[in-house]
Order: sequence, then C-alpha cells, then structure tokens
Amino acid sequence: MTQASETTINQQKGVAQSSFRKLATRLFRSKTGMTGLVIVMTVILMAVFAPLLAQHDPAQTNVVDRLLPPSWSEGGSPEFLLGTDNLGRDILSRIIYGSRISLFIGVSAVLLAGAIGMALGLIAGYYGKVWDFVIMRTVDALLAIPNILFMLIILAVLGPSLTTLILVLGGTTWVVYARMVRSETLSIKERDYVKSAKAIGAKDFRIIMKYILPNVISSFIVIATLNVATTIILEASLSFLGLGIQPPDVSWGLMLSDGREYIATSWWVATFPGIAITITVLGVIFLGDWLRDVLDPKIKE
Amino acid sequence: MQSTEERVIMEVIDLKKHFDLTKGFIKKTHSKIKAVDGLNFQVYKGETLGIVGESGCGKSTTGQLMLGLLDATEGHIYFQNEDISAMSQEELRKARRDLQVIFQDPYSSLNPRMTVEQIIGEPLVVHGLASGKELKEQVRELMKLVGLREHQMKLYPHEFSGGQRQRIGIARALALKPKVIVCDEAVSALDVSIQAQILNLLKKLQKEMNLTYIFIAHGLPAVRHISDRIGVMYLGKMVELADRNELFEHPLHPYTYALLDSVPIPDPKLRKEHQLIKGEIPSPINPPSGCPFHPRCPFATEKCKIEVPEYREILPNHFVACHYPLLQEDTNVLPDSGISKVK
Repeated sequence: MTQASETTINQQKGVAQSSFRKLATRLFRSKTGMTGLVIVMTVILMAVFAPLLAQHDPAQTNVVDRLLPPSWSEGGSPEFLLGTDNLGRDILSRIIYGSRISLFIGVSAVLLAGAIGMALGLIAGYYGKVWDFVIMRTVDALLAIPNILFMLIILAVLGPSLTTLILVLGGTTWVVYARMVRSETLSIKERDYVKSAKAIGAKDFRIIMKYILPNVISSFIVIATLNVATTIILEASLSFLGLGIQPPDVSWGLMLSDGREYIATSWWVATFPGIAITITVLGVIFLGDWLRDVLDPKIKE
Repeated sequence: MQSTEERVIMEVIDLKKHFDLTKGFIKKTHSKIKAVDGLNFQVYKGETLGIVGESGCGKSTTGQLMLGLLDATEGHIYFQNEDISAMSQEELRKARRDLQVIFQDPYSSLNPRMTVEQIIGEPLVVHGLASGKELKEQVRELMKLVGLREHQMKLYPHEFSGGQRQRIGIARALALKPKVIVCDEAVSALDVSIQAQILNLLKKLQKEMNLTYIFIAHGLPAVRHISDRIGVMYLGKMVELADRNELFEHPLHPYTYALLDSVPIPDPKLRKEHQLIKGEIPSPINPPSGCPFHPRCPFATEKCKIEVPEYREILPNHFVACHYPLLQEDTNVLPDSGISKVK
C-alpha cells in the first residue's frame, strides 16, 4: 500500500470516530462509569418529572395516616409505598420532590465553590507573592472557623432561603479547592512545558488556561464530586438546625432531620431519604471517577 | 568575510544570577547561590556554541537567562544589539520569536493535554501568524521537516518515544523560524543511537535554516559532534572557550584537561587511572576564594587561593581563566599528578 492511501484511510477513520462517539464507547465499556451514569440520570429524571411520578402532594399532611410503615411490612398501606412521616406525608413522594432541591443545591453550591476555588487557587499558585499570601491567609482564616458555625452566622443574618443557602455553602467550601489547585499549580508551573510556553511568548492568561488548568482538572473533578456528597449532607445539617430549607419546601436533608426524632419507633422516616442520599452520592462519585479517567489522555483503555 | 561585529548575534557581558536563600517567616536572605557569576562571551551567527560543565555549574541557568526566562541579577545580554535583560515583558514576547529553546526532558517539555498538532501550532497561534487551514499546513510541513509522519498529528505526547518527542519539541522551536535556538541538554535524556539521529537532524536544520545554536550539555562526545566552539563552565564562571578542535587537542585550563581526560574510552586495554581531579564540585553558596577550581586543581599555588584569575584571550580565539594555563611546553608531562598526557 502506498503511503498516500494509508494516510487517507487514517483520516477517514478519524472522521468516522468523532470524539463524542469515542467518549460514548468508552463509557459503555466502563462498568463504574455506566453505573454512575444510570444512577445520576435516574435522579435527574426523577427531579425533572417529579409531578408525574409522585402519587401524593409532598406537603399534604394527613394526621390519620401518620407514621405508617412501608407497604410491605405489617400495618403498611399500599397507598404509601415507603410509609408516611410524623405528619402523614407520603415519604416516596417527598423523596421524589426532595431530589429537586438536594440535587440543585449540591450541584450549584459545588459549581460556585469550585469556580471560586479554582480561580483563586490558580492565581495564588501562578502569581505567588502578595496574591498567594492574601489568598492563602484568607483560606487559613476560613478553615480556622468551624464551617457550620460560620454558615449559621451568615444564614442568621441574611435569613434562610434557597439562594442564600447556595451562596453560603459555596462561599465557605471553596477553600478546599483553592488549596488543592494552588499546590498543583505550584508543581505544574515549574515543568518544562510551561517554560516552553513562556519561551514561545504565550501570555500568562493563555498559560493558565491551556497549560495549567487542564492539568489540574482531573484532581479537581475528583474533589468536586466528593464535595457534591458533602454539600448535600451539609445542607441536611443546616436544615436540621432550622436554617436550611424551610417547609413546605422539602429536601432529603430536611427529611433526614425530621425523621431523627422517630428513629427508634419509625425507622423508615429517616432511613429512606438517607438511602436516597447515599445512592445519589455514590452515583456522582462513580461518574466523577470515570470522567477523570476520560479527561486524562494517558488512561485510554 | 564579515567583520567580527557583524558576525556577533548574541553577546553576554558580566552576566550574574544569584538566587536568594531565604529562611523563616520573614524570609530573611541568609545566603546566596551564585549560579552564574560573571560570564562574558559572544555567539556568532550561524555557529554552534557548546557549553559544557558538571551538574550545578550554571550552564542551564545561563541558557534560561539568554532566553529571558530568568531575570539577570547583574550584567547584560545583547541579542541583535538589543539588551534582553532590560526589555519589558511585551518587548520580550516579541523578541522570543527569534529566540527559541529545546529542553532536555522530552517527557516533561510537552503538555500532556495537547495533541501534537496543537503543540507544534501553538507558537503560530500565540503570535497570531496562522490559523485554520494555513496553520494545519504549516504544522504538517514542520512535522515533515523533523521527520514525523502526518497521521501522527492527532496523537498525544505520551504515545511517542523519547526521540520522537524530542522531534516534536524541535518542530515547536522551529515554528517561528527563529534565529537562535538554545538546546538545553537537548539530547542528554536520549539513547546514544537516538542522540546521533537528533544531532544529525539539528545539523541538517542548521544548514537549511541558517540557525545559530547554543548547545548546553554535559556529554562531551555529543558537544564535540555538533559544536563549532566550546565553552567550559565551572561554578558559574567560564573557565575556557575555544574552537572545538583547539579545545580538545590543546586544552589550556587544568579543569578542561581533566574533563577531557575523564571521557571513558571504549577499550579496556587503554584504561587509565582517573585521578586528576579529586572531590566534589564545591557549593556555589560559598565558592572558594581566588580561582574557584583551586581546591581540586593539581597545579594550584598560593596565588590561586587568593587572586581570581582573569578571563582573557590568551591565544587567538582561545579564552581561558587560569594563572598557569597548560601551554604547549608543559602539557607533555603534568607535574604532581604524575600522569603523562595520553594522545
């Protein structure tokens, strides 16, 4: 075969296998990636189609049917598959509706925190000197204050609402990303490929965006996915303390804290939202792991 | 024949680079590493200037200073009669079109997240010289020039061997059609057979593109193969600089002599004792007084301990910094060491 035809064949291959299709085939090959995707997609669909899926109004109380056990156990009613809570609200419907707020808070607070942490970490690591000093001492100061206490103070001042909750969660958890991104940046900026970019004449912004950020992103994604989990749980703690989600809105965290009082007599009230949190968090982590591998061109098979 | 002044493309004058060693919370400077301590030399158009020396002698720092990647503590670097060390960031960015670098480690000098096409095209994109189809065409030509195949364009650096990666690095350095390329240990990390390939490629490119190389290395055979002139560095100072053959055949500085003497000969029958220089290279934090080489020099006298030898042109085009250069009459038998010079 001549070299010319060899190249054309290679080019055709390249066109046929577009990057999206490559991604998809790699996703189907990875078991954890698939599991993660299925779980996350299920939760997202659940959140989107909540009104269609839920049998009951999540806020509707029904004192007669309060604290009914799940349908399969003794005394359960087929009408309430996972039982009812202390006010007689259907737990399944509440989990379905709760996924909306829990997911929304988890993802948006992580995005906010990630964006702040990434930007400040890159600046501190790349420019060093005064930037580094100011940013990292702020991080130290924030770390020195117990997270929950700090959030409580802000929430108490601003008043609890979905927006403030996201702002507070994002505004306090960015320190983790900033520290991680800074230390990675410090090591990456000494590598020869960054020096070569400088030698080429690339500007700082380009070096940060094209040389440092892509090489930090994989560790960043791992931490971010783990933090979706932490954030959902933090939201639960805040809701438990009364400064998180306010009824009639419902989140898994709020359900968890509501059920705590009845854990000895009616285990299902706290257990099912707990399981929902665990499964979702696991799904996000699986997906994050897979995403990290995909983003690293070195790990291909 | 051009006059000397026209031939000079780069000139280094009294160049110094000291790194501060800091300690404690308030970052008090307690001592300095004198990585480069008073360098003077010229680089001629179209030549290859080799710079050799042991690890830590400041040769890589010199390279980075000449590229403007580090700021000089003192002294000047003139590139085409303009002072690099006095340039603003923006001026330097423009000057870099003519001044490129090839790094030692082909594994860390390429961004693992970029494809070969992006890496080689990057200089053109950064300076806004080409885009779209034209960019692709230029990248293709550069790849051909350094012996890479076109279908390797979309691959990532980790899919290549060390030698191929170094070719990618060379293609990137050539993209801007520079005048001077600093090769910082460009072949040291490669196998000997690959080294030869890359050296020959560099030679070929030099002829075709009229390039000037500053070839920094610690391996003498490679330097000898490619250089026109060779400078020997020791503890941040140039101790000797001469034409390649002159340096190899008539070294004037005892350190150069010792370096040449330490090149292994691949014949067990010709093996000899290497004991001309003893001990380790002294720390550049606290370099010896007088001549920096005196603690290890077999010919050192009291004068060497006190007086810093002047770097001077002792023979035409042969610079040396030594009080007692090894001139012809005494190179046959070296006193003290008892070793006669093997030819």
